Amino acid sequence: MAPKPKMPGVLKGLGVTFRTAMDTMFPDGPLHPPSPSKGAATVQYPREKETPSPRARGVISLEEDNCTACMLCARECPDWCIYIEAHKTLAPPRRAGGKPRQVNALDRFDIDYSLCMYCGICVEVCPFEALFWSPEYEYSEVRIQDLLHDKERLGQWMETVPDFEAYESGSESKVKKVPR
Amino acid sequence: MTHTFFSLELAYWQQTLIKLLAGVAFILALTGAVVYLYLFKFVSFMQSRLGPMEAGPYGSLQLLAEVGKWLQKEDIHTENSDRLIFGLAPAVVMGSTFLMFVVIPAGPNAVIADLPSGIYYVLAMSSISVIGILMAGWASANKYALLGGLRAAGQLIAYELPLVLAGLGVVIQAGSLNLQSIVASQSSGEIFGIPAIGNPFIITQIVGFVVFMIAVQAELTQTPFDMPIAESELVAGYQVEYTGIRFLVYFIAEFATAVGFAAVASTLFLGGWALPESWGISDDAMHVIGPIVIAIKAVLLVGVVFWVRFSFPRFREDQLQRLAWKFLIPITLINLVVTAVLKVVL
Repeated sequence: MAPKPKMPGVLKGLGVTFRTAMDTMFPDGPLHPPSPSKGAATVQYPREKETPSPRARGVISLEEDNCTACMLCARECPDWCIYIEAHKTLAPPRRAGGKPRQVNALDRFDIDYSLCMYCGICVEVCPFEALFWSPEYEYSEVRIQDLLHDKERLGQWMETVPDFEAYESGSESKVKKVPR
Repeated sequence: MTHTFFSLELAYWQQTLIKLLAGVAFILALTGAVVYLYLFKFVSFMQSRLGPMEAGPYGSLQLLAEVGKWLQKEDIHTENSDRLIFGLAPAVVMGSTFLMFVVIPAGPNAVIADLPSGIYYVLAMSSISVIGILMAGWASANKYALLGGLRAAGQLIAYELPLVLAGLGVVIQAGSLNLQSIVASQSSGEIFGIPAIGNPFIITQIVGFVVFMIAVQAELTQTPFDMPIAESELVAGYQVEYTGIRFLVYFIAEFATAVGFAAVASTLFLGGWALPESWGISDDAMHVIGPIVIAIKAVLLVGVVFWVRFSFPRFREDQLQRLAWKFLIPITLINLVVTAVLKVVL
């Protein structure tokens, strides 16, 4: 049997763009009045907003109590945009009569979002569950130095961190908990 | 030579001045409409988005905002550039665009100069822009600009030939180089003795029309023929060193030329400003309807150019030259011979 005659790719391409344009212009069919704002796949951002997906990489938030100033995140950061300073201090013993524990108290934990490339290595590498992704994205600033978030600002993002979900059924017991 | 214009006797210079001002206003209005309709809106719809929506209702004043932005920008030139040539190049390109419109008729009298060799003049003027582009490429003292300029020159010269040869088919059939006579012969023509829609040459010269539109696409350096300004290889080709108002001039010239070529194509192949004579519309009415008719035809043809532009990726330089020399020119030559033979036989 002879192969089915094919439409030249050139005409096919023109058809694709034309159909998309018509779908955008007349989402209800060609007999209805055009309403491109309904047919478009995009939204007009400052007026309408789409909810980012819960695991979106918007901003990194810090749970200060979990941080031990181990510097792993700062050292792994490809952009070197995490600045940590800490001092050693004595914390009360866990049990009565015990020795006071030596801990690192955080003096400074800054992330420079003008340098950050949102790779998430710091979140991955943190062994103490002190860093979390939050889907919030609206923190642009007029001045570039205001993009340096200190530990108070990073701590405020914690309430926007969504709860983790199970990867598959049966793994519910292994789901990580977000410290609240 | 004086015509009556709204029953006023006007001197030649007064008529010419009125025609020039009306012509420039007409060209700029059409260019703005084309940019808004196609560059801002139609391409956005093709990509399932809305395009500009903020400046004016449905973003209709976006073009004014863009022009305002460009006018404010600093006029930069490179250190080694040839200042005089660098500055003149956009003017040459712009001038070649506006000179094209001089002979395109938009009504029984609405033509700035009704030259006997109109079509020859249009195609000659349109090819002057090559000189402007070469000047820009050379004077920028930038290797990307020079490469872009040379590519543009090679491309425009290669596609000038099919453009001329496709137009010649129409000239043979109409028996005149004058654009008004070409329009008249289409409006008064008959198809198999039926004068209902006149005889637009797109029917007999369909091959010529297709080749003409492909060549126009290349002359305008629109994708898939945009190697001269290929942004991924040459940054922006000959435009790379231009900023502010000079870049704006290139921008206006590009889209005004698109309107110009579309107007030429609609004059040659779609019947121009005229409606078929058999409809019995008087010349007085055509003074008003004519410009509207040719504007609609030209805008629709520009739409085709932009539709192709936003659908296809760029050719390679050798593919572009091969298409012109090995396919388009032989096709138009055969078309020319067939047209000439049929013209003599019939």
